[in-house]
Amino acid sequence: MDASELIERVLAGDRRGLARAISHVEADTTTGRAVLAGLYPRTGRGQTIGITGSAGVGKSTLVGRLARAERELGRTVGIVAVDPSSPFSHGAILGDRIRMQDLTGDPGVFLRSMASRGSLGGLAEAASGVVDVMDAAGYDVVIVETVGAGQDEVEVATATQTTVLVTMPGGGDEVQSMKAGLMEVAQVMVVNKSDLAGADTAVAQLRGLLAIAPARAWRTPILKAVAKEGKGLDELVAAIDDHQAHLRASEHAAVERSEHAQAQIVSLTRAALQREALQAAAHSGVLAGLVEEVAARRQDPRAAAAALLDAVRGSWAGAKD
Amino acid sequence: MAEATAEARSIRVLIAKPGLDGHDRGAKVVARALRDAGMEVIYTGIRQTPDMIAEAALQEDVQVIGLSILSGAHLELFPRVVVALKQRGVDDVLLFCGGIIPQADIPAIQELGFDGVFGPGSSTEDIIAFVREHAPSYAA
Repeated sequence: MDASELIERVLAGDRRGLARAISHVEADTTTGRAVLAGLYPRTGRGQTIGITGSAGVGKSTLVGRLARAERELGRTVGIVAVDPSSPFSHGAILGDRIRMQDLTGDPGVFLRSMASRGSLGGLAEAASGVVDVMDAAGYDVVIVETVGAGQDEVEVATATQTTVLVTMPGGGDEVQSMKAGLMEVAQVMVVNKSDLAGADTAVAQLRGLLAIAPARAWRTPILKAVAKEGKGLDELVAAIDDHQAHLRASEHAAVERSEHAQAQIVSLTRAALQREALQAAAHSGVLAGLVEEVAARRQDPRAAAAALLDAVRGSWAGAKD
Repeated sequence: MAEATAEARSIRVLIAKPGLDGHDRGAKVVARALRDAGMEVIYTGIRQTPDMIAEAALQEDVQVIGLSILSGAHLELFPRVVVALKQRGVDDVLLFCGGIIPQADIPAIQELGFDGVFGPGSSTEDIIAFVREHAPSYAA
């Protein structure tokens, strides 16, 4: 299937075409780029939602229940579930389908698992591309689920319109959230597993943290949920809808859209620049010598980095001629 | 931007257990071995219907499907998986299976399109080599 056939099939609601288009976008092939370019004008109609939080807080279960709640409202749902890649083999076991079994037979749901790729990078680029494809395919709601562990994962969540931070009672989780910079990016907070002891304390702590954050037009709600029993899901859907309405209706909507677009362009440029620079650095042939110099403490690492950057600039200048 | 590539993805494999037996140790061992070999393994868990397996294969756009079964219902369930895949137009995947499959049933299973049959005692190295050698690549 070439790019134009894939675009046609995605827009026609063909699930196999959608699945293959996602593969191309994820792998960043030339076909994938052409597909994204062709589909982008058709995006922006659905709600895009990022769900993030530490490992074990119940994100997959919550996403599964959220999808069901959205389905009950008659909305179609696309899900991108990101699991970590092994830093050693770059392989991955993607197990999110286990907790979303009951969605598999629903023609109004499309669930795609994605590996985070670890050091290979480019997760945010790839995931936001997959979200765009699902959005263009006409899904009313597109949900991205990631472990909020690193910069890349946080960027994935922020590439969506509404970011939901999931925590659970106990364990100083709020400090971890602050460290990861998640507090600043969340528009909705959920204390999941709130049937456990300490739920009210967790809510109070989050409220305390929000109180010291800079005031914004949107007030971040803090909800309690027990995802595995389906409790708190209607409230979550309502909170997300409220935020979406805020985005579309507020007088700042145009400004927020511009800021979002700028953040996306900068983030994609940074990722591409980093990849390209590191490739050029690897090809420059000077890295091994610099490594030796620094390891022997004859040169300091900052000077070595500057020298490597010079080599990269040299190869870019050469490529232009 | 950096050069786009024609083909730059790991092999994606779906490991699934059709039917009602709940013993997934073998499936997990294979899933883990394939991951350690650098593949992306989608694991769906136990008690999958043929339609669930085919639908997962479609949505995940896998190149390879491995089925594990110990209940003895393979001659009943495997053909239904193959039909469910065909119904969805998923016609370019590599199929293999493992579990308790009597020697006498192997020809029938190969006839269905399962090119690899790995019973008890199979080495994970053999399975990895089989998948690497036979997994179809995507034409860009």
